[in-house]
Amino acid sequence: MGPAELLGVTTMSLTAPRRAALSEFVLRTPAVGPAVALVFAVVLFSLTTDTFLDVDNLSLVVQQSLVVGTLALGQTLVILTGGIDLANAAACVLATLLMAKLAVGGTASPVTLLAGVAVAVAVGLTTGGVVTAFRLPPFIVTLGVLTILTAASRIYAGGQSYPVTDGLLGWLGTRQYLFGQIEVTFGMGVALALYLVLWYSLTRTAWGRHVYAVGNDPEAARLSGIHVRRTLLSVYVVAGLVYGVAAWQALGRVPNADPNAFQTGNLDSITAVVLGGTSLFGGRGSVLGTLVGALIVAVLRSGLTQAGIDNLYQDVATGVLVIVAVAVDRLSRRRQR
Amino acid sequence: MGRRGPLGRSGRGVAVLLAGALAMAGTACTSQRTGRTGGAGPDGRVRIGLVTKTDSNPFFVALREAAKARAAQDGAELVALAGKFDGDNDGQVAALENLVQQGVNAILVTPSNSTGILGAIRHARDRGILVVALDTETQPKDAVDATFATDNVEAGRAQGRYVRAALAGREPRLLMLDGTPGGTVDEQRHRGFLDGVGLAEEDPRVLAKEPTNGDQNKAQQAMENLLQRAGDVNAVYTLNEPAARGAHAALQARGLAAQAVIGSIDGGCQGVRDVKEGKYAVTVMQFPKKMAEEGVRAAVEFARTGRKPSGFVNTGSTVVTDRPVPGVDSEDTAWGLRNCWG
Amino acid sequence: MTGVDGRDAPLEPVLSARALVKRFGRVTAIDGSDFDLMPGEVLAVVGDNGAGKSSLIKALSGALVPDEGEIRVDGRPVRFHGPLDARRHGIETVYQDLALAPAQDVASNLFLGRERRRPGVLGRVFRLLDTRGMRAEAERVLGELGIGVRSMSQPVETLSGGQRQGVAVARAAAFGTRVVIMDEPTAALGVAESAKVLDLIGRIRDRGLPVVLISHNMPHVFEIADRIHVHRLGRRVALVSPAERTMNEVVGLITGALRVGADGELEEVRDAVRTGLTRTGGGTAE
Repeated sequence: MGPAELLGVTTMSLTAPRRAALSEFVLRTPAVGPAVALVFAVVLFSLTTDTFLDVDNLSLVVQQSLVVGTLALGQTLVILTGGIDLANAAACVLATLLMAKLAVGGTASPVTLLAGVAVAVAVGLTTGGVVTAFRLPPFIVTLGVLTILTAASRIYAGGQSYPVTDGLLGWLGTRQYLFGQIEVTFGMGVALALYLVLWYSLTRTAWGRHVYAVGNDPEAARLSGIHVRRTLLSVYVVAGLVYGVAAWQALGRVPNADPNAFQTGNLDSITAVVLGGTSLFGGRGSVLGTLVGALIVAVLRSGLTQAGIDNLYQDVATGVLVIVAVAVDRLSRRRQR
Repeated sequence: MGRRGPLGRSGRGVAVLLAGALAMAGTACTSQRTGRTGGAGPDGRVRIGLVTKTDSNPFFVALREAAKARAAQDGAELVALAGKFDGDNDGQVAALENLVQQGVNAILVTPSNSTGILGAIRHARDRGILVVALDTETQPKDAVDATFATDNVEAGRAQGRYVRAALAGREPRLLMLDGTPGGTVDEQRHRGFLDGVGLAEEDPRVLAKEPTNGDQNKAQQAMENLLQRAGDVNAVYTLNEPAARGAHAALQARGLAAQAVIGSIDGGCQGVRDVKEGKYAVTVMQFPKKMAEEGVRAAVEFARTGRKPSGFVNTGSTVVTDRPVPGVDSEDTAWGLRNCWG
Repeated sequence: MTGVDGRDAPLEPVLSARALVKRFGRVTAIDGSDFDLMPGEVLAVVGDNGAGKSSLIKALSGALVPDEGEIRVDGRPVRFHGPLDARRHGIETVYQDLALAPAQDVASNLFLGRERRRPGVLGRVFRLLDTRGMRAEAERVLGELGIGVRSMSQPVETLSGGQRQGVAVARAAAFGTRVVIMDEPTAALGVAESAKVLDLIGRIRDRGLPVVLISHNMPHVFEIADRIHVHRLGRRVALVSPAERTMNEVVGLITGALRVGADGELEEVRDAVRTGLTRTGGGTAE
């Protein structure tokens, strides 16, 4: 209780039953801690800089978090099962290249889009297949897939990057104005929809409960009659689909497919997941937390830039936050035992 | 016991996160105080953003430090941002957007990809911000107001001419250690070199080409592998000095260092010392400090007078070697050490 | 051996096995074992460590496929290829490590693997879970079995050991229609919590469900069991009634110091005494 007492926050004045209810709420809604941190960061930067709190800027922050936020959504699924996906950004990059190169070659854009998404799904299917069929650790499998995909992208791109001029492929970056004031992109809508669908699937369907149970304790899940392999495979396939959408988002943000892009996308997505309060040990966490985590990274980057702080220090801040988030997860687990 | 556990935990979780955020608040406030003292408005303080490809490459560190120094001298404030790796278009776009939001007067940028960040640059220029490309051109070139850079084709050509002359009539048996596939600078140096050495891209005397990402380890490994099948190499192109060091190490280990002329580009102090020690024959020095200083100067001038620079400004390159060859102007390493960067 | 609802003998065993064999490489874990569970009884399975109890129980609950022999449910031969097959026959197992998902709440755990969906389009198309219905049902089942848990939405990891055991048992009791198998349900519990679990077993029997109880704890076995299946060296060596035998006799059977003679009476095995196995037996009996 040390830090809480030092800061004199939250728990002091509540009576016992209300405290119990609050704690249960926090326990069952792991995104609360990160959300508090996000609000805090927003308030902080709003007070300390002239330019942060501004409708356009907040919109920008959201736009900046779209690609990593979408990659992190798929990553969340994999991490919830107790795995990790090092190849997510590489799958996304390959998908962008496929979309862009096909488009340059004159293929109709809906087809290129589907082809890109399909290749990401195929990668997910392969990864999940290998993980479940041979019971290999996802870390190792996705490390291999990452290496293969990076090479495949470079081979396929032939040392070039491909500018995207096609309307559909760049559509997610199209800016609109809500009420003539608020700048939004279609990408925001797509990301929001994707988050909602997966939030629903994870919290309101049997599949979601199985995903959590498999991550929590695979043997217990098996003995409870859950098809562990089938669940795992489905997770990798859905994650692949999400990475395909991330590729579309990426072309909306930067209309240029570059084999060298998103080299740290895997780690960035893991950062967002961890900041969002999802446990790397599996079985605990939420996609809403991940959304918050992705926003925290973008808010930090934007806010610290507004405050005139150089890049390197921004990275230090993010790194500190990641360690804090993992420590919180660890502490909460130790309390359990 | 089932009661107390979760209680303490939730309180603690929130508290720890708050503490983390507070720690950062500390940083933010400090820099606020030392950084700027009021908008860019009445006190005439000019704000400049610098976006480099990475934070790690000594070239960009030199560029950044020179820009910071010059900005301080001119009473301007400079925020330095960077991509995380070479090719981080997404990171550079976000950096540009955040700088625009911060209200800078000018942005100096070394684009990771010549086409990748055009949208963000256009967005900045639409807001009346001066955008100058440093070191790397955009495609099209007029996407930015001006470019201050080494003429990389010319630098590559100088390396090529030197290597050809140093071969003194021997037929070239060439290995090329390139950078990152698709990089603009990479491509320009490569093209310039071939032109200077007088070989076509598909010439059989070009024994092999390998990407190294400009990384010494990768370059060494690539060279070791290439030597397996091309032991009779007598000329090596490298796109930068770390690659040249890697190439030298591989040749040295095989006892082939004497037979091959290694050329490089950059002019980092380590590179000049390498040339002095004879690890490779030549390096073509470029001048990041000059790019940065010219860039900051132009930015400040634009902010104060509204005058914009335009076009391609070649910041020059100089051949540095202790073994001059006829037909190629060069300086020795003593001069090199006085003018090098990093 | 209490008869159920005055049904007349001869009773058909609910679950039985004949001449089961399971080998792991050169180790024979089940060596031609028989097994019989009668309706409405609590059958304790006892045996020393390594006697092969776990393998037998796994074979009966579908977690392990025997190499030879036959398993019958209500007299009909069955083959279990996995836990789900056994479940489909109404055989539920409470594993020693409980097989609960600690981060999920009580109701979710009770319905883990057989969640209920909302009726109509919501359930069919949107796959929406009937969370409220499952909570209500969980509350009812736990209440009926007298398992005290504050809230159905409490994560299982916040429960005490006895409460967790209660949740696992309730799950088996709620879904088991023929048999509930419990593997060492009191091994990790204190005195008070053990007593509660034994009560619970009694209540399940009172509801008409037969229970297979694997245990090391002789006092517990003698407190609750109707019959005792003694397992030794991979097979059933005796089937006794706690009313007719003492704890020491059962321990003797477990260690091999005693055996059932041709006349059905117990007799001493001399060489076993000489090798000092009784000492080990004394330890097991506590």
